[in-house]
Amino acid sequence: MSDELTPPSASTPPTEPSPEPITPFGKISTGAGKRSRLRKWTRRAFIGAGAAAGGGLVLGVGGIVFSPNRLSYVPDGAEGEGHLTTWIRITPNNHTTVLVPHCEMGQGALTGLGMLLVEELDADWNLCTIEEAPAEDIYANGYILHAFLGEVGVSIPGFMGRAFDFGSFKMAQFAGLQVTGGSTSTRGTGVFGLRLAGATAREMLLEAGAEQFGVSKAELVARDSRVHHEPSGQSATFGELVGRASELDLPSSPRLKSRDEYRLVGTSQDRADIPGKVVGEAGYGMDVVRPDMAYAAIMRAPVPGGQLAQVDPSPAEAMNGVEQVVQLDDAVAVVAKSYWHAQQALDALEPQFTDAGLGHVDTATIRGWHAAALDEEPLAEPTQGGQVVTAEYCVPYLSHATMEPMAATAQLADGRLDVWCGTQDPLSTRGVAAAVAGLERDAVYIHNQQLGGGFGRRLPGTYDYVEQAVAVAKATAPRPVKLVWSREEDMRHGYYRPFVMGRFQGVVDEPGRIHRWASRFTGRATDGLEADPPYGIKDKDIAVVTSPAHLRTGEWRSVAASQHGFFAESFADELAHAAGRDPFEFRRELLSDAPRHRAVLERAADMARWASALPDGRARGIAIFESFGSIVANVCEVGVENGRILVYRVDSAVDCGLVVNPQQALAQIHGSVIFGLSAALFHEITVKEGAVENRNFPDFNMVRLAQAPRVNVSFIESDAPVGGLGEPGVPPVAPAVANALFAVTGQRLRDLPLHLA
Amino acid sequence: MIDFTLNGEAVSLDVPPEMPLLWALRESAGLTGTKFSCGIGNCGACTVHLDGAAVRSCSVPVANVAGRAVITIEGLADGEALHPLQQAWIDHQVPQCGYCQPGMLMAISALLERRPDVTDEQVTESITNICRCGTYERIRSAVQSVVQKTDEDLDEENGNV
Repeated sequence: MSDELTPPSASTPPTEPSPEPITPFGKISTGAGKRSRLRKWTRRAFIGAGAAAGGGLVLGVGGIVFSPNRLSYVPDGAEGEGHLTTWIRITPNNHTTVLVPHCEMGQGALTGLGMLLVEELDADWNLCTIEEAPAEDIYANGYILHAFLGEVGVSIPGFMGRAFDFGSFKMAQFAGLQVTGGSTSTRGTGVFGLRLAGATAREMLLEAGAEQFGVSKAELVARDSRVHHEPSGQSATFGELVGRASELDLPSSPRLKSRDEYRLVGTSQDRADIPGKVVGEAGYGMDVVRPDMAYAAIMRAPVPGGQLAQVDPSPAEAMNGVEQVVQLDDAVAVVAKSYWHAQQALDALEPQFTDAGLGHVDTATIRGWHAAALDEEPLAEPTQGGQVVTAEYCVPYLSHATMEPMAATAQLADGRLDVWCGTQDPLSTRGVAAAVAGLERDAVYIHNQQLGGGFGRRLPGTYDYVEQAVAVAKATAPRPVKLVWSREEDMRHGYYRPFVMGRFQGVVDEPGRIHRWASRFTGRATDGLEADPPYGIKDKDIAVVTSPAHLRTGEWRSVAASQHGFFAESFADELAHAAGRDPFEFRRELLSDAPRHRAVLERAADMARWASALPDGRARGIAIFESFGSIVANVCEVGVENGRILVYRVDSAVDCGLVVNPQQALAQIHGSVIFGLSAALFHEITVKEGAVENRNFPDFNMVRLAQAPRVNVSFIESDAPVGGLGEPGVPPVAPAVANALFAVTGQRLRDLPLHLA
Repeated sequence: MIDFTLNGEAVSLDVPPEMPLLWALRESAGLTGTKFSCGIGNCGACTVHLDGAAVRSCSVPVANVAGRAVITIEGLADGEALHPLQQAWIDHQVPQCGYCQPGMLMAISALLERRPDVTDEQVTESITNICRCGTYERIRSAVQSVVQKTDEDLDEENGNV
């Protein structure tokens, strides 16, 4: 089992070795244009090491790129077309720094990813620092993510597909990504990149120790940042060995630990970012302060595609503290000496915007478009005998509504652009900012900050707030300007979870077998994988129907699984009831060929004591859904009081393969339940006269402490590949609540948010 | 000029009297721990203490604090010693993105200060701050640990142990 997590290309036979890449830290070729030719894969080639400036070892995994049929690794060195990501630094005083190419937005990725590397390195966790890598090409992880996703047959996350054309498989298209999203940090970068880097460094340190002690490497063990020779009692620190280690040849096949050898992975470790977050010191994009900085507030055309027709700037210009009114193609901004002055002055303006001919659109119009699209693709009449069940479901547009509204600070001076903001991909943000400024990417510096929530809102393709800040900075140059979105602006200009409608048809018989499962649902052409239920069903007919969109859409925590979890698991419940079966037993029997799913379902039912009695007016609902490589089942206990839906308790069972940092894994499920519950109970972005109607939290409400149910979580570790954890907890929340509501009230609610009749 | 006490120090801010306290704190006093999120007093991210009471600083004109005492998240700890809630937040690893947590801590600490015998259930019922990451489960555990500690301390003081 020691190889169950080897890199995806391990089965590809190595070809002849290429020249050894020795790249000093800080002198790495970063020219994206040079990485234009694929080389054959060689294991020797894809990890590079070298002496660090000032002493010490640096080590990294070279860029992995996807080619149509197989994976390739780009070697560093020869002809300069490769690159080296430098992820480990060990200094002579025995301190290890791990540079993680992901951002921290509260999900604990830096800690978890650092643990994966440090585990393989056998370093002392207390002698390690985990840092977020800067926005440089050498830390691009798009290669790894894309290679990983291609290898395991997972659909490409939409944010990557939209930002880049995958059809041509050009390496340059992936060079510019340093993204955190798609629940890929641990299972992509961590499993296929950082673990390997750690194991490689350990092998080299052992080799150096063998030389120093004059013994065989096989007699040595690495532990707690030291290499030990137990027979003789000799030992040396990594710091003492690192100079020699950095001169050694790279091991041809570093051994990865089996899971039963783990000592750090699987233990709960505190996150390093938390102390700063409880004393007010953590710096978010909103908090950036630069010398001589101006502040800006902005209003964009409320209807998608609308442009600024005209605005009289004089009411704002006459106000105290206002510096200038900046007119953009589709927005007007006011620059002032404080954000409050800027927003007050903006509110005094009466800008006229065009509506791109969409001023007549409202939510009912959009619903009609989706229904018409589905009408074009009717489901065939079933040929099987049994009870036929049909149903139509619908979910609304949803805002990410991060607690930190969009904000970015930009400064154009002396031919360079600096941007301070929170982004889920600092590297592609760099390209976006450069394009707006009309500068080469090399002249752009992204200073990524803590993210006050991401959930998909700060992904590639959604950097409008950065584009606006740079555009305004052109007007304030050389002074820096901080652009802050009001909550109202943030609510009206999201990249929303799409509005989606689905039609379902099933045939079920008395014993509870599903003979047919057919569905048509609106969405993007790439959607659909999530819509395939895990149950044993012979006749499945599942297809996406593309439909017109109105609002901008994006990746909302759990993406297409957010609607398909609700659709599929509500419909499975309808089939169970049609067959007169218990919803848990019905599912369990249909999962006889899916043992992981079945174990997760049974665990959740056990935790909730599924068959036990409840007080009058309460019932349980169950749902199970797989997404991002992990399986989650929820049992929700629900009641109704004075017409209000109350969720008392959620029992959640999770199989994500491997749990790296248990306390953070738990936190992700806690958070996912609340995130899913807010959507199930409250969230609905509505459209009137072409524009989003919602303004602020009162009309896009959130679950608060008093409504938050107790959440019990149980992890089932399996030998399955490592799954994601940031998102898979969300999809099975809404259907479990809806199914429980049916059990309580007899009302089958097929639209979100859930409103009782 | 608006004069008031900020985290124990006298300050004098040259801001318009109708400017919300939030922006005076963030942009004039340079204390960015107090967060802007909704701007209408709904979410609680901007909560500070005004004469010991929790207020949503986005909805308090700075003129209203003249001559009064304001405490922000930067002033919640007693010098190097963290407030018991801050320590509990670390012990229970409460924050995720962390953006709401200064407001959450200020709201709950004010409640505990004014009602030392408050139960964790009453905290749950009283605190309406939003956490989008959904850290409520751990907020409850952390609050419970502090409330219980307070009870034990009281017992100890009363010689009940």
